[in-house]
Amino acid sequence: MKAIVRGCRGSLATPGPRTLRRGGNTSCVEIRLADGTLLILDAGTGIRELGVELAGNPGRPIHLVLTHLHLDHLEGLGFFVPLWQPETELHIWGPVAGPVSLRARIARFLAPPFFPVLLADAPSEVSFHDVPREPWTIGSATISAQPVLHPGPTVGYRIEGDGGVLTYLPDHEPYFGGQVVDLSTDWISGFDLAFEADVLMHDSQYTESEYPAKVGWGHSSVAQAVQFAQAAHVDRLLLFHHDPLHDEEQLDAIEARACELWAGGTPPTLAVEGLEYALGTASPQSPEIFVK
Amino acid sequence: MSKAKRQPKDLILIVAREFASRLATAVLVTDAHGNLVYFNEPAERLLGQRFAETGEIAAEDWVTMVPREELDGSPLPAERLPSRLALHERRPAHLEFALTVSGVRQEISATAFPLLSSERAVVGVVSIFWEREPREGHAA
Repeated sequence: MKAIVRGCRGSLATPGPRTLRRGGNTSCVEIRLADGTLLILDAGTGIRELGVELAGNPGRPIHLVLTHLHLDHLEGLGFFVPLWQPETELHIWGPVAGPVSLRARIARFLAPPFFPVLLADAPSEVSFHDVPREPWTIGSATISAQPVLHPGPTVGYRIEGDGGVLTYLPDHEPYFGGQVVDLSTDWISGFDLAFEADVLMHDSQYTESEYPAKVGWGHSSVAQAVQFAQAAHVDRLLLFHHDPLHDEEQLDAIEARACELWAGGTPPTLAVEGLEYALGTASPQSPEIFVK
Repeated sequence: MSKAKRQPKDLILIVAREFASRLATAVLVTDAHGNLVYFNEPAERLLGQRFAETGEIAAEDWVTMVPREELDGSPLPAERLPSRLALHERRPAHLEFALTVSGVRQEISATAFPLLSSERAVVGVVSIFWEREPREGHAA
């Protein structure tokens, strides 16, 4: 299994000279399974460039797996070229949200006045799936989804495939102003998804000093991300969902703080656009990391 | 997923606990099986028990842990308890009754409501306990 970060900025796309090293595209991760299956985690602006690459090579079904429908996780969908190609078979998975279907919720966004073209007019073959409560398979991967703490219906994902485990919790506030040490693990949002994962991509939007003013906004401080990852015994923590107000120097400081808090093992790193992880059979001991 | 030691709580229960932990009102949270999975500090004072010491309490133990009776002193069937009604009949329920904790009788006004998931499944019940003001015609 290979994971490629296509976008790791939180909340708002942030292009420009202040974000050149880690990128300004919002949440999107490309997952390539050994059997050739393509999963895409979230449809932030990072999906646009991936769509351009896929456009020239249509054929296999594409599985777009959404954590939630906040705009920074959906705003790239309208610019995903395969959506507008009739030969595309696109499966969109997302959280249940009461009586309104996933299709209807996404169609609200891909419609005037927010978007000039209707989702119904997309010529590709699109099907929508509520994420099951029980694990399910796509290609050679078993996927588990659980609701996690973030405003509105939101799920996190655990993807087990090709001998590796990747957990994706890009928007997550498991401690809600509190401390993990106060809770047994069954009371920690997202814990089972992350337990002993090879790679955990986790929200770390705020510094510890910023977080108190933003409790309940659905994101974690860097310290909480480290605390959560260590409680769940993950192998590698990839800090995700960078605040749009943080420039590269501030992100350097967040990464340094994460390393300072980390006890033992491979220290955490911040996600970078283009970063690739090879998990499982491609790297049986520890996930390999390299940047395109 | 099976390696984790305990089954994860439904997110709605996690949020309910978080909510209850910050209230000055006595709140008890039971799961979909009627097990008492959390009670906050004000509830600890009413029940004479500390959650940190009891941990989660199985449904059958919770029913008998604290003696309960009707306001007139007659036995209170478990089926009349608001948390039971909320769980089994999927509706809010209210009852005034008496608890005896450490030999002291307290009159309680209890309201319970079911926690329904987006799939309309009952994942638990929240019960709110108030100390009842004594009224004429009832034992104080």
